[in-house]
Amino acid sequence: MRTVESRGTITVAVDRCKGCELCIPACPPQVLRMSTDRNELGVPYPELLPGCTGCGACLLVCPDFCFEIYQYETPVEYEVNV
Amino acid sequence: MSRDPLRVIQTSVTQSPVIKTDQPPSEPAKQKGRFRPALLLHEDHDLCPGCGEPIAIRLMLEVIEELGQAQNSIGVIGIGCYTAFTSSMDVDLVQALHGRAPSVATGAKRMRPDSLIFTLQGDGDMVNEGLQEVIHTAARGESVTCILLNNGVFGETGGHMTATTVLGQRTKNSIEGRDADYHGYPILIGDLLAQLGGTVYAARGSVHDAAGVVKTKNMLRRAFESQLEGGGFSFVEILTMCPTGWFVPTAEGPGYLDNVLGAVHATGELKNHERLVTTAQLLAETRPSGP
Ligand code: SF4
Ligand code: SF4
Ligand code: SF4
Repeated sequence: MRTVESRGTITVAVDRCKGCELCIPACPPQVLRMSTDRNELGVPYPELLPGCTGCGACLLVCPDFCFEIYQYETPVEYEVNV
Repeated sequence: MSRDPLRVIQTSVTQSPVIKTDQPPSEPAKQKGRFRPALLLHEDHDLCPGCGEPIAIRLMLEVIEELGQAQNSIGVIGIGCYTAFTSSMDVDLVQALHGRAPSVATGAKRMRPDSLIFTLQGDGDMVNEGLQEVIHTAARGESVTCILLNNGVFGETGGHMTATTVLGQRTKNSIEGRDADYHGYPILIGDLLAQLGGTVYAARGSVHDAAGVVKTKNMLRRAFESQLEGGGFSFVEILTMCPTGWFVPTAEGPGYLDNVLGAVHATGELKNHERLVTTAQLLAETRPSGP
């Protein structure tokens, strides 16, 4: 177990996502991954893991306006199995 | 699409809890970014997965808003996939015939010299259909800003090659890659326009990664500012992904853009008032070892 800190977080408009995966490599701490589930359009969508910094890179590269970005006043911690 | 839809990209963190992202956080937090820019009426559009054009349109609308020009802007729109955004962009718009947007913009600027007048065109529209319009508009030094979304393919009207398609690039009628002997050479429109006396600002950006997006936004801001200063013609070319027209999986679009198109249409400022830089010089600076 180790502790991972999130300084920020996002909201994802899952049903608007077209599954292009552009957001995945764009995320500097690599805390986005594609889901195994499908959305209404029938494609996988990004899921957030602990460690988001609230940098906004995902929002910048998403062609479908799927992201909102937040920065926590106090970082949130998660216990993670590595 | 050729990619395996079930493929899952693994990240370095395994077995982590997936964080709920369906609504804003309950902990105290500051919102830093919203789904859509203020000047877009809704987020929905029918452009392909992985298309670069909506990314560029976001930047353009954000800059117009940030410069306080929302009520003072008139956009002249060409014909291409991006034209679908005319129903959701909350600025005054005129629809031009294919390639004619710079001439329509000239008329709008002369009637409304205090308005911010811009065109939004693709490479098929600007560099094929209406090449002379944009060149003459620049040469006359009209104080308008022409924005080119360049993906080297007629995305909307069939997926065929355009005048900016780079050697080796796949399109529907250059399926083995553009061949100079058979198809001729691409036009570097940024250089053509930058060297004209009427042009005060010219730059080429790219939306293939977040850093490119930020730089491109700054270029758009400088172009609009130079128009508002009344200096003359300004131009921003934005390289955008077209995975559909290039026959690549969406996830490979940014890499294809950077390695294939970006290796010819190098990004950077081509003209800023007296300072003139050629694409060849930009290439030597940014890719010294070649494409
Ligand atoms: S805000 Fe930054 S760190 Fe958080 S998911 Fe988006 S790209 Fe990753
Ligand atoms: S970039 Fe946007 S549309 Fe593409 S997978 Fe990520 S959230 Fe979905
Ligand atoms: S054809 Fe190309 S430019 Fe047109 S919407 Fe699809 S990806 Fe975008």
